Amino acid sequence: MIYNIPFYTVIALILIGLYAILFKRNLIKIAIGVTILESGVNLFLITLGYRKGGVAPIYTNLPPSIEVPEGMVMPVPQALTLTSIVIGVAVLALILSLAIMIYRHYGTLDSRKVRRLKE
Amino acid sequence: MKKAIIFIIFAIFLFYTAYELHPFGEIKESKMDDYIIENAQNETGANNVVTSVVFDYRGYDTLGEATVLFTAIAGALVVLRRRK
Amino acid sequence: MKEERMSIIVTTIANLLFPFIIIFSFYVIMHGHLTPGGGFQGGAIGASAIVMLIVAYGAREIRKKVGEENLSIFESIGGLIFVIVGILGFIMASTFLYNFLVGSELFGKIPPLGSNPGYLNTGGILPLLNIAVGMKVIGGLASVVLVMALFRGDKE
Repeated sequence: MIYNIPFYTVIALILIGLYAILFKRNLIKIAIGVTILESGVNLFLITLGYRKGGVAPIYTNLPPSIEVPEGMVMPVPQALTLTSIVIGVAVLALILSLAIMIYRHYGTLDSRKVRRLKE
Repeated sequence: MKKAIIFIIFAIFLFYTAYELHPFGEIKESKMDDYIIENAQNETGANNVVTSVVFDYRGYDTLGEATVLFTAIAGALVVLRRRK
Repeated sequence: MKEERMSIIVTTIANLLFPFIIIFSFYVIMHGHLTPGGGFQGGAIGASAIVMLIVAYGAREIRKKVGEENLSIFESIGGLIFVIVGILGFIMASTFLYNFLVGSELFGKIPPLGSNPGYLNTGGILPLLNIAVGMKVIGGLASVVLVMALFRGDKE
């Protein structure tokens, strides 16, 4: 049980992000909660592909006593994590630009006061 | 009150999932990744196996991700336009 | 209109550091098929160099020297190069994004099997795709930060 610690870190990050999205009222704190949730999911994708005692799957200047397919970690989850990080950056840019427009139009950032559809 | 019930149910579900996953570091089967590690230098001609997976074996996903990046940046630039 | 640039020590150090960061970003992009790195990582380093200039000089001066339209054109050219390389693979060989440069003389040497010091001549179409994605990320991230810094709450 003590050597599953990366999975418990993933659970802690997802629960902290979900708490910030559900229970906070400020729009910037909700945006920070979305980022923390996305970091937890990326960490979970990388720790699925670890092999005990493995090195990075790069052939340039490999240390000389590594067997070729069993001494390297799996490369496919790292490729999927790269795509997921870039999509997280794009979503954060869109959230923050909408928060700037809401502040200029309403004068406040409280998420219970910006519910009017037309004024 | 409803938010707290949803939060506690989701936390119990996550803890049960961590109890049932495989132990960290021991993978059962990895036939596709063994094929990719052994044949990436012959077919692609690059030393970096992760880059050849991102751009050659799964290059179509990278095209989709470039489209998502372009659409999000175009949306952010339209919202913050100045009146001339 | 009051000046927005920071003190003279900050502007001198920003002028001194800017070429080194740009050269390091091009090094990480071009060696993407030999060492860890590639298009997205090198593009993030290059965008942070332009953001350092925006912090040191203020957003209005950077808008006069490097306009926000030029950064958008830079990003769109990167996306077009990606699609054109894919269609070239469709014309010269069988499928979209086929690696048709392995074996030819532009980037096409096959490296010796196992552990080797890297050669820059290898890789197929991978260096061209790395350059296209690097241009796209630099133009996109710098343009978003510039437009957010220019936005003031001026009257409607």
